[in-house]
Parts: sequence; structure tokens; C-alpha cells
Amino acid sequence: MQVSERIKVIISMIGLDGHTMGAEVVARLLRDAGIEVVYLGVNQTPEMIVQAAMHEDVEAIGISSHASNYNQVVELVELLEKNDLKHVKVFCGGNIPKHKVVELKDKGIAEVFPPGSSGKKIVETFLNGTRGGKWSN
Amino acid sequence: MVQLSAKDQLILDALTSGCVRTCARLISRIERGEPGLVELLRALYMAGGSEKIIGITGPPGAGKSSLVAKVIGVLRRRGNRVAVLAVDPSSPFTGGAILGDRLRMIGHATDPEVFIRSMASRGRLGGLAKKAGDVLTVLSAMPWDFIIVETVGTGQSETEIMHYAAVVVLVQTPMAGDDVQAAKAGINEISDIYVVNKSDHPDADRFRRQLEAMVGLGLRLEGDRLWRPPVVKTQSLVGEGVDELVDQIGQRFRTLAESPELSRQRFRHRLRHRVVEIVREMLERDIQSGNGMLPDSRLEPVLAREKDPYELAREFLSGGT
Repeated sequence: MQVSERIKVIISMIGLDGHTMGAEVVARLLRDAGIEVVYLGVNQTPEMIVQAAMHEDVEAIGISSHASNYNQVVELVELLEKNDLKHVKVFCGGNIPKHKVVELKDKGIAEVFPPGSSGKKIVETFLNGTRGGKWSN
Repeated sequence: MVQLSAKDQLILDALTSGCVRTCARLISRIERGEPGLVELLRALYMAGGSEKIIGITGPPGAGKSSLVAKVIGVLRRRGNRVAVLAVDPSSPFTGGAILGDRLRMIGHATDPEVFIRSMASRGRLGGLAKKAGDVLTVLSAMPWDFIIVETVGTGQSETEIMHYAAVVVLVQTPMAGDDVQAAKAGINEISDIYVVNKSDHPDADRFRRQLEAMVGLGLRLEGDRLWRPPVVKTQSLVGEGVDELVDQIGQRFRTLAESPELSRQRFRHRLRHRVVEIVREMLERDIQSGNGMLPDSRLEPVLAREKDPYELAREFLSGGT
């Protein structure tokens, strides 16, 4: 039987961040790359995102951050680990200063996309990060 | 009796005791089309039981997901554990999808007694996903009081939900057309309960009257004449009318329980459909896959018009060569 290699991810804002445009654009880019995107929208706490990741059995989570709420992204990574969901990779994008990028990566965020990141790079990172680059359309 | 491997037995035990994590992983394996799940699914069917599946269908943007969120709220207040399967469409070009039902239900996002799973339709056209039947077999074996299945945004002819849900709710909005639209065949016919959502709209009462008039003419099964499908006005964003909707859903389950012959008739109909679905899947696997139950050599006579495809199909089904 043919085994489908469809990738499923979550795209979400975290905390009181209401800037949805970036997340929606990335969700569309991923959709157009053949990925199934569970879009969670605004007002999500790390706990809510972790429960969604468990219910939906996703491979990665993309957080759009435009409100300097980096510590919540770190909290999300810690909470995933606590809930035996360490295999779920966390990516993060938005207006994130360079020194923060280093700090976030140190704390377990798999990749950070600062302003100016290309859509192609974001899509490739999701694909490579989830199926070790084996995925093809 | 179904003989299970030790590993599958563990999964079965975890599911019947309500382990959400096991459920989520198994649904992914089903969606991937992983081979070797049939024995487990058989055992899960045997472990499942009471009919408690509510189908929610209706056009895109009618407010299905928001309404489901409020329905979950009322069911939870009444002490029920609830699972939701929410289907959204896959791209016909890339296979990708935006699954945007869960975000309407964030009020229940950390409730351990609520399970919500989004599913992409993956090319299926009837309003559900190809694997929905198997996924519902899993959920039915778990201790949920209710399972809510939300279809993709439907048109007039996506009626597949009637083959899966014991009770179907059709969600529409005012300004959805005149009485002729309401009288058309298809999705208008399959519902046990009609909802006029966004009922703060000035046209809501006119639309409700049109639906009631149409429902009054409805064709119903022998033994089901006492159930006149109600039309319920709701505002899913504020929860208006949702208690009444849940009451009506409960009332429908009761009328079905009080008419065992009617329930069996509806159940038999769903089972027949389920068996056809399983047969179709088995045949597709046998015929389309590379291992070749229908190799080129068997197609040659049809190609040369010495034989016709109808005869080949009959031979195939009867296991002949």
C-alpha cells in the first residue's frame, strides 16, 4: 500500500501578540508546498499549543513573534520536553533582534527567521527539519 | 475473535481507557495508510459501541466550527466527555492544507476531557476524508460521551456525513437563498436538525420559516414520523440558542433510542456504506498497487477488444482468472 508522507505542522502566535499577517503568509507558503498546516491564530498560551501539538500529532511548530515575547517561545520548548514531545521542532520568525536569535537557538529553538528571510528558505527549513530532506512534492 | 499482537493489545487497552496521546498517534498511522492496522481496527470496532456520533455540516463560513465550540461548552457543562474530528479541504494542486477549525475552539484548548483533531480531506469529495471511517472506529472505542464530526464547508451534494453520523445537524445562514433553494434535493434532505446561524441578521426569521415549510413536506422513514426536524436559531459567537440546539440533539438521540427498529435501520444503512467503503479500498489496493492482482497480461484481451471490462471486473470479483 502507498504510504503517504504528508507533513503536518502548527502555525501560531503566542501570548498577546495580535500581528497575524506574518503567520498567515507563512501558513499559505507551507500550504503551497504541500504541507498540512493547523493554524491556531492569536491568544495561544504555551499550554494550549502543547495540547494542540499532542492532539494533532504534528512534526513542527512555527511561532510568529512580533511582540518581544521570546520567553514564551522558550517556555513552549520547555513544556514540549516536559510532555514527551521533544521530537516536535519549534521554529520562530518575526522582528527578532540578532542577539536574541543566538539566545533562542541556545535554548532549543530549531531555527529563527528574522526580518528579510525568504519564503523559500522558510519552506525548505520546515521540509528539511521534519523529514530529513527526504520529502518531495 | 480477533487475535492481537502484544503491541496492538497495549494500544487497544490504552484507547479503551481513554489515552489521548495513543489516539493521536494511531490516527496519524491511519492517515499515512500504514499497512497492518486491520487487526487492530477490527478489535477496536468490537470494543466500540453506543452510537454517539453527531455530524455538523453546512457551507463554508456558516459558523460550523464556532458553533461546535459552543456545543462542546454546553456538553461539558452537562458532564460529557467530547471528541471532535474536524475536516478541512486539501489543495488539489499541492496536497497542502490550512486546517482552521481548531482555532475557533480555543476555549477548550487545555481541557483534558476534550479531544480535537483536524484532518485534511486529501482529495475526498463528499465532505469528509478518506480515512474518516477508520478514525471514527478509533474514537468510538474510547470513552467519549459524544463524538462530533465537522465536515468541510459543503455545497448542495456533499451528503457523505449521513453515512457516518447518527444525528446530522445542517448549519446555514440567512440570505442563503429563497424557498426554492431550500426545497432542492441533496444536503437539505439529510439533516435531523436545521440551524439558522448568525440569527441576529434581519432576514433570519424569514429564512427559518422557509426551512420549516420545507421540512414540513419532508420525506421520512416509516417509524420516524414523530420526528419533525426542528429549525433552531443560533448565534455561535455569543452562544445564543446553543442550549436549545444541544437539547434538540439529545431529544433526537432519545427518539432514536425509543425506536429500536428505526435506529437499527439507520445503523444498517451506515454499515452497508461502511462495508462498501472497505471493499472499495481493498479493491483499489489490489488493483492499483504494483504487486499486480490485475497484471498487464489480464488487461491485454480487453485492450484487443476480445473481452470487455465488465466481464473482466466480474471475473476479478469472483476470484477467477
